Amino acid sequence: MAQPLLQVRDLKVEFVLHDQGVVRAVDGVSFSIREGSTAALVGESGSGKSVIAQAIMSILPKPGRITAGQILFYDHGADAGAGAMVDIAALGANSAQMRSIRGARISMIFQEPMTSLSPLHTIGNQITETVLLHRNVAKQEARALAQEMLAKVGFPDPRRALDTYSFELSGGLRQRAMIAMALVCRPAMLIADEPTTALDVTVQAQILKLIKDLQHEFGMTVLLITHDLGVVANMAEDVVVVYHGKVMERGGLVDIYSKPQHPYLKALMKAVPRVGMTSGERLTPIREVEHTTGGYLTQCSARLPTTNSGALLQVSHISKCFRIRKGGFLGHATTPVVQALEDVSFDIKPGECLGLVGESGCGKTTLSKIIMRAIDPDSGDIFYNDGEMRSLLSLSDAELINFRRKVQFIFQDPFGSLNPRMTVYDIVSEPLVIHKIGNGEDHMQIVQELLRHVGLDPRFLQRYPHSFSGGQRQRIGIARALALNPQLLICDEPVSALDVSVQAQILNLLKDLQAELGLTFLFISHNLAVVDYMADRIAVMCAGQLVEIASREVLFRDPVHPYTKALLAAVPRTDPRQKLDLRALMEGRVSDPAAWPQPFTSNGTETPQFVDVGGGHLVRAQPSLAAELRT
Amino acid sequence: MLAYFVRRILVMIPTLLVISVLIFAIIQLPEGDYLTSQIAELEAMGETVAKEQIEFLRKQYGLDQPFVVQYFHWLGGMLRGDFGYSFEYKLPVSQVVGDRLFLSFLLSFSTIIFTWLIAFPIGVYSATHQYSWADHGLTFLGFLGLATPNFLLALVLLYFANVTFGTSIGGLMDPVYLNQPMSWGKFLSVLEHLWIPVLVIGTSHTAGMIRRLRANLLDELQKQYVVTGRAKGLPPFRLLMKYPLRMSLNPFIADIGNLLPQVVSGAAIVAIVLSLPTTGPMLLAALRSQDMYLAGSFLMFLSLLTVIGMFLSDLALAALDPRIRLHGGIRR
Repeated sequence: MAQPLLQVRDLKVEFVLHDQGVVRAVDGVSFSIREGSTAALVGESGSGKSVIAQAIMSILPKPGRITAGQILFYDHGADAGAGAMVDIAALGANSAQMRSIRGARISMIFQEPMTSLSPLHTIGNQITETVLLHRNVAKQEARALAQEMLAKVGFPDPRRALDTYSFELSGGLRQRAMIAMALVCRPAMLIADEPTTALDVTVQAQILKLIKDLQHEFGMTVLLITHDLGVVANMAEDVVVVYHGKVMERGGLVDIYSKPQHPYLKALMKAVPRVGMTSGERLTPIREVEHTTGGYLTQCSARLPTTNSGALLQVSHISKCFRIRKGGFLGHATTPVVQALEDVSFDIKPGECLGLVGESGCGKTTLSKIIMRAIDPDSGDIFYNDGEMRSLLSLSDAELINFRRKVQFIFQDPFGSLNPRMTVYDIVSEPLVIHKIGNGEDHMQIVQELLRHVGLDPRFLQRYPHSFSGGQRQRIGIARALALNPQLLICDEPVSALDVSVQAQILNLLKDLQAELGLTFLFISHNLAVVDYMADRIAVMCAGQLVEIASREVLFRDPVHPYTKALLAAVPRTDPRQKLDLRALMEGRVSDPAAWPQPFTSNGTETPQFVDVGGGHLVRAQPSLAAELRT
Repeated sequence: MLAYFVRRILVMIPTLLVISVLIFAIIQLPEGDYLTSQIAELEAMGETVAKEQIEFLRKQYGLDQPFVVQYFHWLGGMLRGDFGYSFEYKLPVSQVVGDRLFLSFLLSFSTIIFTWLIAFPIGVYSATHQYSWADHGLTFLGFLGLATPNFLLALVLLYFANVTFGTSIGGLMDPVYLNQPMSWGKFLSVLEHLWIPVLVIGTSHTAGMIRRLRANLLDELQKQYVVTGRAKGLPPFRLLMKYPLRMSLNPFIADIGNLLPQVVSGAAIVAIVLSLPTTGPMLLAALRSQDMYLAGSFLMFLSLLTVIGMFLSDLALAALDPRIRLHGGIRR
């Protein structure tokens, strides 16, 4: 049994807020971490898990303070005073001793690699700063150490990386630079606060692997803070579940996952969508929200075109380039072109939910905007089934207004998508006003009904968005989208800004509404588990191209395209027995079309296009070589 | 990057041309010209002016020419370094302005340095000790400075300086040193008079600057990279100086463009109240009496300073902020 490296005993942290008085964020938490192991603090946002980490680092924000308890740090490998025990809780936050621990013996990396590094200083400057703070070395030597560390975390050209700025790097590389900065002094313990939450799943898998590899190399202890049970299952040996500032349950990973004891953990596990749920299985939100149906929306039953049996929406060979204006001599010198969409075609059938997955920047949102006619494509067309197939791009302005009633949008950001100066009533009734539907009395009735539909209390009508939680705001957004009684709803990452505990509520609501109202969904997400839960068919997108479309079962059981395979392999499963297989990631080159093997990439004579490998399972490949893909 | 700056400089030329047209047109907008306002003044005093003499003067000054001709005459002169002739002072414009420019610069630079020296430490302290008693107190003082009318403060200070120190009323030096060559005594006299306008103009600027610096810095202190710095083990003061303070400087650097013209023409009201021999009151007088070449050339000079100031602040921003330097107007 290894020695404990860190022991937290009955820790209490309070925040003095001037409008709410004293809030106890951490309430008597105790746990310990063995040296060299990985422990995970799990909980939803607001559970106090990040506050515990801040207390260990002694970097609590101003109004917070430790009121009771101990944080004992047994530093066996320290240069001075081996085996010394320090009570961090008793040290001053800015005392010399605490500063010599912070960054040198215990380091931390954060959720947002975008903002964690200063944009005004080079990566090299920020890493060498850490070395110079804690080690008595010359500047040149510190720079050499930083360069060595950058090489270790996987920078292809570490010498050059020293002189780059954080905003010149991708999210994954920024997080690698953060890790390099945290580990350059070889700390005994690394605290990783949601280190991969802001990253795409393939990048997440690489970063997790990196942390694991470095942990073995340096014999380091890791405290992982996350809400993602899949990440925990892949990384941790011990798990501590936190809720409302209290430890609900703790123990070994396998024990916790195989037989969760505490109702909160059980509920959390049931609330998180995971890949490979049996179809028909329903998520159980931690806090269920009831909603009613009937009335206005269900009366308008002529929702789907019945005159023909074709697709509801047909996207046909859409391409779109964005030109980046580069400051040339007179403003129009070089215009590099970014191919946002390349020859994208697919159908959405009436009443189905088509999932669209892909990493950030792959063109998902551009596509949704083109379908909304918010931007125009360079080539290709979109057809909408209005009894007959009509081209969207040739609609006149007046016809376009009619079309807008049929397709509505649910946005990702529930905070930015609602006008803070409008009441809920104004927000939800605005579409009715714009399209001149009904009079004031009708509006009141319809809006109340819509709110009941999305599970909100109609008494909230006169409130402003700021008095609602993220999940409630998203419900308001859904009510607004439903106000015009649309046929097609485009949901662009509708739950990715929401907390795990709320995600299930919104997903279930969308699912129910789809069934009750016969809606058709285009469901865009980067989260495969969420798409798996929602969609009937799934389209996979990479670098502006659709690479594979298949029904949900087929795609997960039998992916053909290397990108789909890598994407599936990168999703952390919530089963401790199924660890991530990182070989399928092709060392991070998987989202580069040029790196795909034949027949998925162009061979110079033949460009890949969709071929049917059986039963409507479409894969982008060279047609002449596609025969071998059929099974 | 170099191409960008060359383009910026080239763009300045049409900008200045457009400004010159606007200035000339606006100066010409009020009815009449310098002579008519001069005549009106003389007639008000009960004198009569001979018609022939007026016509003669009007011809001599070119005031009978059409607008376009007058404009190009003025523009062409400026390009040759001839800024026209001041009717009021009966001197070339460059000679009228030249004298006062030095004193204006002296006053304004003293004020700017005063402002920065006071505002920066207070702003930083207020932000890092938000809602403390000292923050509240300094904020209160700042608002007091912002709310007090400058001319009132000027009069009060003038009175007390005269009563307590025996400083002569008004001006930037004791009357005996007027039109005298520079001497030690004159220098001391200037210093003795300088602190009042510096303090008066400085207080309101200081207050505004403290508020802005405090707000900027408070925003920056919330940022994640500050937490990263603390997690590194950086001592608080070094952290503050290196990261958030530097980030919050951008708006002030961007402000240099506005600072330059202020240096020349700023605080005209205070200057009038204190009867300072600076350029502010002179510009006002020139505009009122339709002394068109003096006013026009002076405004042109201010515009030039603004455009150059903007260019300089862009240059400084690019030097200090790699995001501006490396993106060059391009978002990812």
